[in-house]
Amino acid sequence: MKLAADSPATLPLTPEAKAAEKYNIVKNIVRGIVPLITYPLFSILLMAITLLIFRFNPLKVMPVIWDGAFGGGDIGHINAISETIVKATPLILTGLSIVVAWRAGLFSIGGEGQLLMGALTATAISHLLKWMSSSLVIPLMIVGATAAGALWGGIAGWLRIHRNVQEVISTIMLNYVALYLVGVAVEGPLQEASKNGPYSSLLPNSLLFAHLLPISMTNGIQTRLHGGVLIAVLAVPIIALYLNFTRQGFALKLVGSNIRAANVAHYNVDAIRMRAMLLSGGLCGLAGVVQLMGVSSRLSLEFSPGWGYNAIPVALMGGLTPLGTLLSALFFGALNAGSSNAERMINTPSVIINVVQAVAVMLIVSLRAWKRRASEGNAE
Amino acid sequence: MTIVSLTMNLLVTSIAGATPLIYAATGELMVQRSGVVNVGIEGIMLMGAFIATVTTYFTHSPILGVFAAAFSGLILACLLAILTLKIGADQVVIGVVINLFSLGLTGTLYRILFSNKSAITHQLPMLFHSLPVMSLFTIPCVILVWWIMQHTRIGLEIKACGEQPDAADAAGINVILTRTLTLLFAGMLAGISGAYLSVGYTDTFAPAMTAGRGFIALAIVTAGRWNPWGCLAAALIFGFTDSLQFEGQALGLDSHYRSVLHTLHLYGIAGELNLTRLPYQLFLALPYVVTLLLLIGSSRKVAAPANLGRVWRRN
Repeated sequence: MKLAADSPATLPLTPEAKAAEKYNIVKNIVRGIVPLITYPLFSILLMAITLLIFRFNPLKVMPVIWDGAFGGGDIGHINAISETIVKATPLILTGLSIVVAWRAGLFSIGGEGQLLMGALTATAISHLLKWMSSSLVIPLMIVGATAAGALWGGIAGWLRIHRNVQEVISTIMLNYVALYLVGVAVEGPLQEASKNGPYSSLLPNSLLFAHLLPISMTNGIQTRLHGGVLIAVLAVPIIALYLNFTRQGFALKLVGSNIRAANVAHYNVDAIRMRAMLLSGGLCGLAGVVQLMGVSSRLSLEFSPGWGYNAIPVALMGGLTPLGTLLSALFFGALNAGSSNAERMINTPSVIINVVQAVAVMLIVSLRAWKRRASEGNAE
Repeated sequence: MTIVSLTMNLLVTSIAGATPLIYAATGELMVQRSGVVNVGIEGIMLMGAFIATVTTYFTHSPILGVFAAAFSGLILACLLAILTLKIGADQVVIGVVINLFSLGLTGTLYRILFSNKSAITHQLPMLFHSLPVMSLFTIPCVILVWWIMQHTRIGLEIKACGEQPDAADAAGINVILTRTLTLLFAGMLAGISGAYLSVGYTDTFAPAMTAGRGFIALAIVTAGRWNPWGCLAAALIFGFTDSLQFEGQALGLDSHYRSVLHTLHLYGIAGELNLTRLPYQLFLALPYVVTLLLLIGSSRKVAAPANLGRVWRRN
């Protein structure tokens, strides 16, 4: 079924087939729009129920969350929306990484480690090349971080292809190895000069992304909206084009959806899987350097609050498509920004959205499986 | 410290480190022999650890905590069975989602319940050389699983479901029911394994305290070649690497590291790099590296159950 939808129509079409195709396009658009409305509504309902279960008053908490995400009350709209986008940025990149790997049938959970390796490499480059002009160091940091992430993904890919090691296990192990490598670095070679804490020194301003919005636009409060956001937003159409309109993208999806067909058609499955893991890792490495140069500006053990793991619900909720992932990352970004505000203002623990996220994704995955089973049942 | 007591300590901490892996891996072994991959084992363990601490906190009985953890494992395994076996969702996806669910739920509940009070509870007693009492039950557990798999009809049926579900079905075995019951049993064991971490070996819960042990248990099943005794051996290897982080200091590895630096005339460079002490994080990373190495060594040759991880539907 997936095959037919994915393969470009090269055969001459009869009028009936053309009409059917038009009908299919309309159906696909409707299918794309319905989740846009139902998923957020459903998540908000879930949020209200979760808050009730934990004995918080949803009518009191949810408006505070809304203010944090979209502005209102004491918070300017532009400030709040900037914060939403800033929180969504790493999720967009790590979510895309999950899309690429999972569509290739590789259930990588290695986003966290790849992201940390990216941030670690970028920090190391910035330390080593202090003498170099920052206009040269910045591209080197970005490329280096992407390469390090790709390497970390590539190790899991190599293990899968040549040693038959399941990527679900190997990527988790690599996450922990990366975490402890960061630990060695921030208490060793990359520790800040005064040796006070387990973190590196702050990056010089010349190595940070510029703020996108002038203070005059945002009530005199500097927003955290940084140039790295553009990289994340740009990555979405690139990955979408890659997956949907290139031969490599088609091969990647074929390997993920129907490995037997890929083998019969003499695709080089190993190379396609390796490419998927490299690309997936690279995207997470990129997320690491974007976050380093845009928000945290130093490496520490607490560098990532779980962007690599949260990418999975983000990508699944986005239906494992790039555009869906962008929207779902923005939605979770809003939830993140909003719940941080709720934690600050009325002391509602922000971790509560992890429960909402987990339950939502569990329900969505089961609903999809249920639907697929129902349609298979009808076909028989 | 004498050699004897040092060896004794290493042995006991190795066994203590291997204990949760043995419980989780023997259960997972049966599940995989029945043709199902339970990737959610990490989440079930984490939930078990949390439920054990909460139960012990309110009842002051760690034994009740262990039972409650087993029950929580049963519930999560039930959820997994419904979603994968009844509805037919992908086993790996559901497993990963269950892990995230557990991580989010236990983290939130911990923050809410213990935000202004300590979560330290009673714990199960320790035996000689502070060997946790739950470690004693690992050997009976391995023997039980080995006996079930090798010498009972149930074991034969489980293996049939994993190798040839169609043939098993034709022979009158209820494949879905067999797989479900196996999953539930393994869920209980994973819950107990989690309880060990929070009330059996230590006296408190910490968010994400399982730290990948569920995935290491998955690796152990592969490295142990789907054999309970193989799993026991693999778990002990991990227990040993785990114990090095506690015993590393007693073994004097730090001074060895420094003398190696001196003899190689690298001390100056190490000082420059702020690496004059052996980084303890390397020990923390060791179990994960060893897992990878063991998987590299064992994954290619072994024959997994023929229908492992595939969705099976009755025709």
